Amino acid sequence: MTSAVMVEEKVVYERPESLADVATHYCPGCTHGIAHRIVAEVLDELGVRDRTIGVSPVGCAVLAYKYFNTDGAEAAHGRAPAMATGIKRVMPDHVVFTYQGDGDLAAIGIAEIIHAATRGENITTIFVNNAIYGMTGGQMAPTTLIGQETTSSPGGRSQTLTGFPVRMAELMAGITGSAYIARRSLHNVKEINTAKRAIKTAFLAQLNGLGFSMVELLSTCPTNWKVSPAEALAWVESDMVPYYPLGDYKVAEEVKPLMKRR
Amino acid sequence: MPVELMKGNTALAEAAVRAGVEAFFGYPITPQTELLEHMSKRMPELGRAFVQAESEVASINMVYGAACTGTRVMTSSSSPGISLMQEGFSYIACSEVPCVVVDVMRGGPGLGNIQPSQSDYFQVTRSAGHGDYHAIVLAPSSVQEAVDLMGDAFDLADQYRHLVFVVADGLLGQMMEPAELPPMQPLRTERPDWALTGANGRDPNIITSLELSAPALEAVNDRLQAKLKVIRETEQRSTENMTKDARLVVVGYGTAGRIAETAVKQARREGMQVGLFRPITLWPFPEQRLSALTDHVEALLVVEMNAGQMVEDVKLAAGGQIPVEFYGRTGGVVPVPEEIYDAIVESYEKLA
Repeated sequence: MTSAVMVEEKVVYERPESLADVATHYCPGCTHGIAHRIVAEVLDELGVRDRTIGVSPVGCAVLAYKYFNTDGAEAAHGRAPAMATGIKRVMPDHVVFTYQGDGDLAAIGIAEIIHAATRGENITTIFVNNAIYGMTGGQMAPTTLIGQETTSSPGGRSQTLTGFPVRMAELMAGITGSAYIARRSLHNVKEINTAKRAIKTAFLAQLNGLGFSMVELLSTCPTNWKVSPAEALAWVESDMVPYYPLGDYKVAEEVKPLMKRR
Repeated sequence: MPVELMKGNTALAEAAVRAGVEAFFGYPITPQTELLEHMSKRMPELGRAFVQAESEVASINMVYGAACTGTRVMTSSSSPGISLMQEGFSYIACSEVPCVVVDVMRGGPGLGNIQPSQSDYFQVTRSAGHGDYHAIVLAPSSVQEAVDLMGDAFDLADQYRHLVFVVADGLLGQMMEPAELPPMQPLRTERPDWALTGANGRDPNIITSLELSAPALEAVNDRLQAKLKVIRETEQRSTENMTKDARLVVVGYGTAGRIAETAVKQARREGMQVGLFRPITLWPFPEQRLSALTDHVEALLVVEMNAGQMVEDVKLAAGGQIPVEFYGRTGGVVPVPEEIYDAIVESYEKLA
């Protein structure tokens, strides 16, 4: 007689409920997938998936509404914060977030994002900064670094011709209506975990009605940077982080207890 | 309800409140600003949403967002602001979410001026944004009619899940007239099943105007066009006066139609068989009724406060059966009845 050995299996990793069970269109090595996942994990942990409405941008994340297992809308280029404002004002008990890239948020939509913050609009913005226009094939973004080669800054971005990369987290932190503004990076596991905590704080700020919150995520674009995924991660750390320092840029007094609670 | 003396802009705003508008997003621009000002007071006191946006671009996208939740929502602006909203109109039309937009037209092109005009007929009836669609366009000619059409605008928007314009001009927006407001409608408590309300116990609802595959986007267009066909066949509205025995019919809408009516009555007193046809829907243009009139009418005279825009629709409706004359003033000049009367005499003398 043989005795059966029961081995208890423990789930250590699974798809968050807030992430749809579909393949994404993102390129290999792109960190959009990581950003989606940690946002979805936060929505799960806060138990708000079924009352969340996401607003997608124009850009690489244009189809984000297919990847989040929440209600979603697709905004015009740069207008996601205005659209989110319209939604939040008539659905104040719902969780409303925008997910935007650097062309969408920092170029064509800079008015909408700044005024959403000046109104203290009680929404959360996930801002993916990969220093390039990905969807249109690698043109210069407002966040492209000086000297960075793109298809519309041949020979590298020139400060004489195009000025300087915009630091959005610093800009948004200067706005009184901003409750929580942070910049994080997705270039290694430690930073990803830190980024997730910031995203949770941002959504908690919204759930507590404290005003506008935004987490800027330094992200990769190996396809348009024309490097390998590993090289892309290394470039974020070596070149992006020095110009875009990581950290909390605005933490309203009422937000501080939310950060301690975890 | 008692009759009150009201400014057109204020009447439009209060009529929308009575029709159950739950959110207003707008930006100041003359000559519609009183509408926004009225909303800034009324909406918060009723616990409804009001935001003065940073631009017309933002306000129409706020409208788009709120419309996605199935609430009654509106904005108002004037010609240059309507130009800025074109992007949002297109997304709203493709996404098939209902909303109402008031356009109190002013003189153009460019910054133009703030005088009354009908120079944006093409803009609202033809090309309210890129892509291939028409919005429903309602054109009142008095404060009372503006009040009545605001309620209809919200009903049409909901019925067809479509973008509805109420177009006035600076004169109608600014003048005071007695009008009777409708009773306050209760706000709706239920949201439509397509609305973004949170995926609670159901699959996620998505509202988008993106469709990457050409055949799939053609299917979206087919659905939209089928809806517009129904609207075109069933929602044409117009009013007419003294057309039964008319040899010449003057065609004008809004303020121009109203001034033309005075001139038509003068012509009748002078023994001319003249009538008035006033479109109330600019899209769908009331081609069925106007076309029927060509059976006995010998000529049409179109009067507009522009260089000749609706005249193209009149010619299409007339189908080359009878001559179509035009008289217009531009730049914010409002024609007086005497000059329209002179144009009537000139057209009437050409009749065989």
